[in-house]
Amino acid sequence: MIEVIDVHKSFGELQVLRGVNLSVEKGESMTVIGGSGSGKSVLLKHIIGLLFPDKGRVIVDGQSLNDLDEYGLNELRKKFGMLFQMAALFDSLTVWENVGFSLKQHTNLSDKEIRKIATEKLALVGLKDVEDKMPAELSGGMKKRVGLARAICMDAAIILYDEPTTGLDPIAADAINDLIVDLRKKLGVTSVTITHDMHSAYKISDRIAMLYKGEILEIGTPDQIRNTMNPIVHQFITGSAVGPITAE
Amino acid sequence: MASAAGSRGFINNVLETVGRRTSSVFVEIGAVLIFLGQTLRWTVSPPFYWKSALKQMEMIGVDSVPVVLTTALSTGMVLALQSYTGFKRFGAETLIGTVVSLSMTRELGPVLTGLMVAGRAGASMAAELGTMRVTEQIDALSTLATNPMKYLVVPRFVASTVMMFFLTVLGMITGIAGGYFVGVKVLGTNPVTYIDNSINYTEVKDIWYGLIKALVFGAVIGLIGCYKGFNTEGGAEGVGKATTGAVVVSCMLILILDYFISALLW
Ligand SMILES: Nc1ncnc2c1ncn2[C@@H]1O[C@H](COP(=O)(O)OP(=O)(O)OP(=O)(O)O)[C@@H](O)[C@H]1O
Ligand SMILES: [Mg+2]
Repeated sequence: MIEVIDVHKSFGELQVLRGVNLSVEKGESMTVIGGSGSGKSVLLKHIIGLLFPDKGRVIVDGQSLNDLDEYGLNELRKKFGMLFQMAALFDSLTVWENVGFSLKQHTNLSDKEIRKIATEKLALVGLKDVEDKMPAELSGGMKKRVGLARAICMDAAIILYDEPTTGLDPIAADAINDLIVDLRKKLGVTSVTITHDMHSAYKISDRIAMLYKGEILEIGTPDQIRNTMNPIVHQFITGSAVGPITAE
Repeated sequence: MASAAGSRGFINNVLETVGRRTSSVFVEIGAVLIFLGQTLRWTVSPPFYWKSALKQMEMIGVDSVPVVLTTALSTGMVLALQSYTGFKRFGAETLIGTVVSLSMTRELGPVLTGLMVAGRAGASMAAELGTMRVTEQIDALSTLATNPMKYLVVPRFVASTVMMFFLTVLGMITGIAGGYFVGVKVLGTNPVTYIDNSINYTEVKDIWYGLIKALVFGAVIGLIGCYKGFNTEGGAEGVGKATTGAVVVSCMLILILDYFISALLW
């Protein structure tokens, strides 16, 4: 479904990705973990064609993103939903207009119907009576959940979640975990999730991959990762300040 | 010896800096032209976001009216006053009307309106799009399979071009009215000759020249405002830079293009 092949990406002097290989099966829930600034968000943006590799390729549903023109890329993106790390809500639109944005752009539904669907999606992420608020009136965790509702609004086949539970209280966070698991079970959604929350990673993932120094250091099922022999991965998942990784 | 080498090093440094700056200016001009090409291409390919274009027209057009009125009025008045001082010396006071209407239509109407709209609307476009860029809202649009050029840039580009036309008409009329007020009511020249001289020596062509300038300046304001906003980097500071940059660059382009259009449409 998604294949990331030998992707390199630098910003100026800074080499962020140095040959990332990752493949995600249809219906699989893949989680990427890794230190802050290790390039997780950059990797996610390559999968949906917001960034393009300096070297290497990303293939989605058999199509190489490098080869697509603007139109093709746009069509491909209709298969995707994406939650941004900072939510990236449109601050000139109300909450329901944000959530229903794709419906408005790509379907002929009336505003009333769009609003109804938006309300349902908001309920799924645990929000109600916020439809007419502006993003600026929401708390950080609420914005995140509105962003999530927007990402799942079109019932996309592939959903990319950039830290879906960061900034949420533990109960709201676990509700989001359940939602992610549900979407995969009921709708067969393929997903790539970035998280720092190991509890969430174990719960939602079929496989977990650790990004370290611009490459995938280890990849495996939650059990394999939990019992890893790799000292770096071990230090990361146990959240210890002592070990081969040092805080810079 | 050492000082000669030192000064040679200094000169090299200066040359290098100048060279780098110049080549980066050319790179930027190229980037703006590409942006223009894309904007035009997306302007003519459906769908067109009418609602958002109308909203932009309201923001750019209606909200700029007070500042355009004030500027044009005071310019028309000052122009009448100043040309009176000069013309009186050789007894040509009756030509004030001609001077005011020719300068307002051919030159000052479009240029002053352009500078004012660049300061207001160009700046706010750059700030808004810049904020959307740094908060990833523009990326979010792409992920929702909506082309940001089409959704954000085209309506602003079209709106600023169209609204510059109408604002300039307004500026021309206001300036001429201001000139009439000072020429006739304050300085006491003959109203009939004033109007005659204004009309006889101003051709329809002069008005069109002014309006062609207005359209070009409007396009420049929309283009540069959106370009700067779209290419914003680096948080709130970047948004500030983009905003100032948009105003400075579009004002300079307006003044430069003004000369060339005047030379072409002699
Ligand atoms: N558009 C960009 N231009 C320049 N540098 C960038 C850009 N995007 C990301 N970077 C740099 O790439 C590196 C990786 O960034 P990224 O956002 O992917 O980190 P991350 O792994 O998501 O971290 P976090 O867990 O803190 O979100 C950082 O050093 C960042 O400064
Ligand atoms: Mg990140």
